[in-house]
Amino acid sequence: MAFLELKNISKSFGGARVIDNVNLTIEEGEFVAIIGYSGSGKTTLVSLVAGLLKPDTGSLTLDGKPINGPGPDRGLVFQNYSLLPWLTVRENINLAVESVFPEKSTGERDTHVTRYIEMVKLGHAADRLPKQLSGGMRQRVAVARTLAIQPRILLLDEPLSALDALTRATLQDEITQIRRTDNTTILLITNSVDEALLLADRVIALTPGPGATLAEPFAVDLPRPRDRKTLNHEPAYKHLRSRITEQLLSFNAARKTTLTKKLILPDILPEDLDAPRAHRPPRRPGEIKEATIA
Amino acid sequence: MKSTKLDWLILPILGILIVLGTWHALAGKKVVTKDAQGEIVSEMRQGAIPALPNIIETWDSCKLYIMEPFAKRGEMDQGILRFTFYSLGLVAVGYTIALIVGVPIGFCLGLSPTFAKMFDPLIQILRPVSPLAWLPLGLVVFLEAGKEAGTLAALFTIAICSMWPTVLNTAVGVRAVPQDYLNVGRVLKLSRTKTLFKILIPATLPYMFTGFRLSLGIAWLVIVAAEMLTGRPGVGGFLWQEYNSLIYEHIILSIIIIGLVGFVLDRLMSVVEKKFKSAL
Repeated sequence: MAFLELKNISKSFGGARVIDNVNLTIEEGEFVAIIGYSGSGKTTLVSLVAGLLKPDTGSLTLDGKPINGPGPDRGLVFQNYSLLPWLTVRENINLAVESVFPEKSTGERDTHVTRYIEMVKLGHAADRLPKQLSGGMRQRVAVARTLAIQPRILLLDEPLSALDALTRATLQDEITQIRRTDNTTILLITNSVDEALLLADRVIALTPGPGATLAEPFAVDLPRPRDRKTLNHEPAYKHLRSRITEQLLSFNAARKTTLTKKLILPDILPEDLDAPRAHRPPRRPGEIKEATIA
Repeated sequence: MKSTKLDWLILPILGILIVLGTWHALAGKKVVTKDAQGEIVSEMRQGAIPALPNIIETWDSCKLYIMEPFAKRGEMDQGILRFTFYSLGLVAVGYTIALIVGVPIGFCLGLSPTFAKMFDPLIQILRPVSPLAWLPLGLVVFLEAGKEAGTLAALFTIAICSMWPTVLNTAVGVRAVPQDYLNVGRVLKLSRTKTLFKILIPATLPYMFTGFRLSLGIAWLVIVAAEMLTGRPGVGGFLWQEYNSLIYEHIILSIIIIGLVGFVLDRLMSVVEKKFKSAL
């Protein structure tokens, strides 16, 4: 019995079918990355799993129980962090903990919140407001908030796409570490092949919308821990990377064939303003009588 | 014109001087004709608007009210700031009622499309009704209250007239709460009260404060009409009484004070409003 199971899921918005016939099973403890172009319906897919949207057809089950709405058993880390700007880091996390573990006493809650703030290394910033934090720190708060409710599956919706490359790498390492300690089931949505290969056990491409569906999965059987530097030279990695990239490009090519556009350039040549104006150089491609071909 | 550092001070003063000059030029002047013995033959006022008192007359007549702003010489003969405080007290109560009633209505309008469809047309119809029209209705509603009917009617009028900006801004604010914040609430399964106090109200506050500021402006606008019609002591009541006693100088004094107080209230509220906007 699969842990998370999606069967024949379709979802339309205003007549346009965004997601069509998606089937996906994730085992407990597995790390699955879904990769696709922006606008292909990745966020729709994750919103369906989170229960924020209801599918038009098909069924979703988590551990055998149907998913009918949002719940703390699926921890969603939003693409844009979605921290409440009027609450400090601690208050943001505490709000989540308070709501999910109402039976905990105030003291227990405090230790719980502190533990997760320390886990993402934000102890020094616990009493700051989100606007006083950098993008990477905000995303760590969002991750801590989600982990603090101890979800059965972690849904990461392009959590690192708004960050610079360096911060991104640090956070990727942190996700790996969290994974190693908690062995949480994770569904990662991303647009980076490298990120997917670095983190996941299985990479599945989403064909571009409208009517997006999942392509054949790639099993990532690279040994862990994976190191960014050595990974680049490993033949298995290079092979997987090129196969996934090829698949993504083939989607794009299929989409491009429907677009025909003739490019018309203006009949103007760039002019060198420093050149002496002894005789007027040609100003339009049409004026050039002869050309030297090197 | 070249701009200098003192423009912010010089230009407004220049503007005020121009208006004062125009006023003085248009205003009337007392002309006393005397005969050879120095007996007064006739007293008459001359000028473009003969009955309008000029600056000097206004100052002479109002000096006492400004110099002794808190004096109480009689029910309708008190220092101008004393009158202002009476008015402010009444506005404060009426405005508070408006906020207490207006904010929940705004939330209902913003949260429930059914409620909005039901009451939005009614609000659009009631909103433009003048305070002068509400006051008699207030007097009728509180007819039983006897001596207090005037005060209650004034409060009723202030509350109902100044409520609308708060109602509408709150509704707009509630509708503008980002879906992301609401999704956070849904994913965390926050209770209704928690969602209200931790997400909806904080996210709506900046809009609400814009409404509060506009409401306060209207509340102050209404006070004059309310006091005029009920004859309560206050800056508006004073204005109307002095018109009836033909002391036109005091009308001008009242207008200036009403304007200044309104300006100060608006400044204060916009400071509070900015605080809340920058907090996010």
